[in-house]
Amino acid sequence: MTIDWVLILEKILLISGVLVISLVVAMYSTWGERKVAAIMQDRLGPNRAGWIGLLQPLADGGKLFFKEEIIPGTSNRFLFILGPSLAMMVACMTSAVIPWGDTLIIAGHTVSLQIADINIGMLYIFGVVSLGVYGIMLGGWASNNKYSLLASVRAASQIISYELAMGLSLIALVMLTGTLSVKEIVEQQRHGFWNVVYQPLGFILFLICSFAECNRSPFDLPEAENELNGGYHLEYSSMKLGFYLFAEYINMFISSAVMASLYFGGYSFPYMDSLGLDHNLLTILGTVVLFGKTICFIFFFMWVRWTIPRFRYDQLMRLGWNMMIPLALANMLLTGAAILWKQGH
Amino acid sequence: MGMSLQQIIFGVLSVISLVSALGVVLSKNPVTSVLCLIVTFFTIAGHYIMLNAQFLAVVHIIVYAGAIMVLFLFVIMLMNLNAEIEPQKRNWLKYAGAISGGAFLVVLLAALREASMPALLPGSNDIGLISNLGKTLFNQYVVPFEVSSILFLSAMVGAVVIGKKEN
Repeated sequence: MTIDWVLILEKILLISGVLVISLVVAMYSTWGERKVAAIMQDRLGPNRAGWIGLLQPLADGGKLFFKEEIIPGTSNRFLFILGPSLAMMVACMTSAVIPWGDTLIIAGHTVSLQIADINIGMLYIFGVVSLGVYGIMLGGWASNNKYSLLASVRAASQIISYELAMGLSLIALVMLTGTLSVKEIVEQQRHGFWNVVYQPLGFILFLICSFAECNRSPFDLPEAENELNGGYHLEYSSMKLGFYLFAEYINMFISSAVMASLYFGGYSFPYMDSLGLDHNLLTILGTVVLFGKTICFIFFFMWVRWTIPRFRYDQLMRLGWNMMIPLALANMLLTGAAILWKQGH
Repeated sequence: MGMSLQQIIFGVLSVISLVSALGVVLSKNPVTSVLCLIVTFFTIAGHYIMLNAQFLAVVHIIVYAGAIMVLFLFVIMLMNLNAEIEPQKRNWLKYAGAISGGAFLVVLLAALREASMPALLPGSNDIGLISNLGKTLFNQYVVPFEVSSILFLSAMVGAVVIGKKEN
């Protein structure tokens, strides 16, 4: 068995690049969130550290690093540390199957801008999403605090409930595209219409579910500070708290990229093949376009957070089970019927 | 050193899965048991990937680690089970358990000792890839597949009926 060292080096570089970009995007999402909030509330937002407050995330990160670290005496120490670590790790895992761009040809060697083009990419995304709840559950339980426990139980039931509708809306997309590989889904959209044209209801359901999976407002019940004193990370301080908050922003970035790839063409853009540009240039342009789409979605997440108030918990559950799942099932049925009709049965 | 990369990975995975499976049984704290079981599921998924059954591996993770174990953890956390409030088991129960478990092991060993297990060459079979699996399920085994889906549906309806009864 020979080991292709060039491939391994290439993948290590790609993985590091994607991780660094995720972290930087997450960091600047915190800045973006404050700026968006400020604009929506007619304020200025952070403007002291650096030009228009651009150094604010660095200042915040430094502050979190140097704060005193407290582990409650009554907590389960191992699980208390495992919680935020898991949250962070799971948040970074999904990026492996997202095609960040087409291929680059460097000195006759084709480099794919996707870490792993596995033929079950969609299921991989779904699997990682279903693991996301462990970080919150373990952290909340290990804190040995009733508010943290309540918040983590809330988070778990919310995420399980919305995972169902999310999976059902993805099944309709899989039926339509006939593949589970994210790269192939993007390539199909490159040569046809974006999937959102065929799956408008599926996209809306997926969007709502990803709000719930990311614990973003209006579904941020696990950290409802006026009921739970802060939520599942109540007992956390210093960088462990930072990890929880950071994982939320990474999740937001990754699910924005997933939505852009699955429903909005990923790295492809209209008329990209008729521009007559060089292959490498086109790839880089495609990556920039993907990031543009992703940033639009991140902005949408923030826009909703500063516009819509939080749900009550029973409303959240009713929406999930009585609205989302039946709608997702209906969408699946409609898609199936349309496919059969098109095939002429 | 006649070990290939695959054998090394197999060895490491097997050791981790055995140790974590022992951890499930031996741990006093139920939450630790659940976590050990999750680790075991992950190593088994690793074995599936070694057999080129990626679909099985990822579905194993989604169903067991992602759904069932979350519910386990959920229940354990809500009931706040821990070593102190665990009821003391009687001694004769322990002995009975050990003897019946041992007898089961002996039967299993006797049954499997003569069984032929054709070695699967890792990577040589493609049945675990999703398109092949789908074609086999929907052509060759379509009736059992549909019947099992009815089974799931009835279980779901049953759960809803039980849930409704309380109101």
